[in-house]
Amino acid sequence: MGRGRTVRWLLWVPLIAFATLFAVVATGLWKPADRTVHSALVGTRLPAFALPPMVEGRPAPTAQGPARLVNIFASWCVPCAAEAPQLMRLKAMGVPIDGIAIRDTGPAVRGFLARNGDPYLRIGDDRNSAVQLSLGSSGVPETFVVARDGTILAQHVGDVRAEDVERLAALVGGAR
Amino acid sequence: MSAEAGLAALWLAAALALLQLALATLAVRRGGDEWEAAIRPVAIVQGGLAVAAMAMLIAAFLRSDMSVRLVVENSHSMKPWVYRFAGAWGNHEGSMLLWVTILGVAGGAVAWFERRLDARTWAATLGGQALIALGFYAFLLFASNPFDRISPAPVDGLGLNPLLQDPGLAFHPPTLYAGYVGLSVAFSFAIGALVTGEVGPAFARAMRPWVLGAWVFLTVGITAGSYWAYYELGWGGWWFWDPVENASLMPWLAATALLHSVTVLATRDGLRAWTVMLAVVAFSMSMIGTFLVRSGLLTSVHAFAVDPSRGLFLLVLLGLYIGGALALFGARIGAVRAGATFEPVSREGGLVVNNLLLSVILGIVLIGTFYPLIAGGFGVQLSVGPPFFNKAAGPIALALVVFMAAGPLVRWRRDRAQAVVERLTWPIAATAFALAGLAAFARIGVLPLLGLALAAGLAVASAVPLVGRKPWRTPLFTWGMVVSHLGIAVSLAGMACDAAFTSETLVAMRPGEPARVGPWRVTLDGIAPVVGDNWTALQARLSATRGDQGVTLFPQQRFFSDPATTTSESAIATRIDGQLYTVLGQADAEGRWQVRLWWKPFVTLIWLGGALVALGGALSLVGRVRRGRHR
Repeated sequence: MGRGRTVRWLLWVPLIAFATLFAVVATGLWKPADRTVHSALVGTRLPAFALPPMVEGRPAPTAQGPARLVNIFASWCVPCAAEAPQLMRLKAMGVPIDGIAIRDTGPAVRGFLARNGDPYLRIGDDRNSAVQLSLGSSGVPETFVVARDGTILAQHVGDVRAEDVERLAALVGGAR
Repeated sequence: MSAEAGLAALWLAAALALLQLALATLAVRRGGDEWEAAIRPVAIVQGGLAVAAMAMLIAAFLRSDMSVRLVVENSHSMKPWVYRFAGAWGNHEGSMLLWVTILGVAGGAVAWFERRLDARTWAATLGGQALIALGFYAFLLFASNPFDRISPAPVDGLGLNPLLQDPGLAFHPPTLYAGYVGLSVAFSFAIGALVTGEVGPAFARAMRPWVLGAWVFLTVGITAGSYWAYYELGWGGWWFWDPVENASLMPWLAATALLHSVTVLATRDGLRAWTVMLAVVAFSMSMIGTFLVRSGLLTSVHAFAVDPSRGLFLLVLLGLYIGGALALFGARIGAVRAGATFEPVSREGGLVVNNLLLSVILGIVLIGTFYPLIAGGFGVQLSVGPPFFNKAAGPIALALVVFMAAGPLVRWRRDRAQAVVERLTWPIAATAFALAGLAAFARIGVLPLLGLALAAGLAVASAVPLVGRKPWRTPLFTWGMVVSHLGIAVSLAGMACDAAFTSETLVAMRPGEPARVGPWRVTLDGIAPVVGDNWTALQARLSATRGDQGVTLFPQQRFFSDPATTTSESAIATRIDGQLYTVLGQADAEGRWQVRLWWKPFVTLIWLGGALVALGGALSLVGRVRRGRHR
């Protein structure tokens, strides 16, 4: 058949396609798993925002401030209670933490802080999640590492585990 | 002792697989019929031993034998027996053992029942099956031993992931695996045919029932899995394009294409190379699926074993089997002579288009699933979600529906386009009528609109092959095709209705407060605690009314103690025209409860259609096997 020669090399296409896929998967397997979400906002400045304070006698956070963590939480969020001891440890290590409470009320937040400890320098009332969304955060809890000049250095999605404490403290320490 | 007995059975099965491979190699080299008598019992006993190993593991779970590490890590003596039973495969090692067991059973079944293949191809097929089994036995014995003991034995186990504590776990993995691994038979057939060069109608007729059987299981598994995700995850969706869902869809797409191309090969001796290639691809997709799930390479709800060394082992097996088979294909298929040719307008032509469209969808799903990994290689983090898959695969799937409607009405070898269009009069009329009616009265998107209209056309078209035939004289496999195609139409209608007509509200309700969703008025009567076997829950009582119809629903927030987890248990009221779907969320500080409500008109058609597709496959299978016997 005349078309035999043109068809012959096509027979190897599946093998080549598989080899390509194989190579991609193999390199993927060698790389350590990276479970952090890389926010598009990392490396950019914290957007300006104005929030009312959440509890009396405590200012609301602004885009200005020292090198710090910005923790998005809520009193109704179970993992937020789970991460509270880690935030308390960070506070004890001298890491300033701003809190942004999502869809919450003053009494509920006061109760939450009384039960789980209060690691926050400032706490803002983000009643309709506006600031949360402007930060590109989709859930609670989430924690941002922010440098003194307002640059977002990292975004940590989910609760802060015991094994994350050192890394977050080092990130904030390095940004001072 | 049962754990040691299970391990011994596994070693023996591996040894027999090695023997089977050696005998099959000799049989292919030397030729002759006398080998059959030696290979057959070896393959059957190997399957039996694999079943025995699985039975021993199940026994350990049922007795809550806490000296077996796997039981400790994945079970708890307080669990209801059905979850202790199903828990045997609700974990990495157990599910791999189930996989291998089905592989062994499939090989044994081929040895026992398959009499239509010529002796050498038959031997080569069983050799292929043994080769695959060997690798996975090695994986179990060296890297994932399910019978590992723990000493000292703890008092009780750690429990099973609550999401898996559902009766679905008892059926979903075995069914899906029967489909996945059943395709190994097609793969081995392809290997056998490549080794001996015997690709023709006889080969296709022998392979077809095995493909059909696996495909039926796969269809049931996917349909059941979709419904499970729908009611258990509480997100109101029925397909999430999750990597693991894709991993089950890809072999199904390949098997569907194979099912149709094997028919061309059996009837008209066409598409020889293509059919062999699809048989290789279908099981390759199964193995890639298994690998995806078991390696933890892509994160998903199903990834209960995140272990790179195991992933590497599986990857090597995958490279050997798939790479080897494709290399064999490239080297040997040239020796298979081209099959019969045909005109573009013919049944064969239609089936080629069907195959191409299915392959394109398969390619889209494959690329979409692996793209995050590929992009990750270049330092770009991204995820590929429903918008990509729906936009890319949706229109092609609709085009496929058009060819599905027309295909069975076209004659083999050659037909006239005009005659085909004439036979399609009623389906075209139904499509046009539905299109006009919906466009006039309903404001819905383009894809759902086309979906509903084409579903109407396909439903009518699927019945046309029955016109002018006596129902009891129509062959069962024709009935099978009719029912399966109708099932696709029904399912498509359900998907389109869900996309077009679903109403959803998220409300914060105080007890006594009403909310509206679609035609329903839903009132939160109250919240009360309830206690189950190994959980406690907060349960809402929701009264829903529509006209004079009323129903009470009880969605829950369920708390499991071992391990400590919270799950949302949705409550669903099924009506003839749809489902009211309710999920209880969290309470806020002011005593209001988040309640999510959906009214999903005709959503049940999705799974009803899936069941019809599987039923059609089963009818075809019975029809083919019967006819095979008579000949």
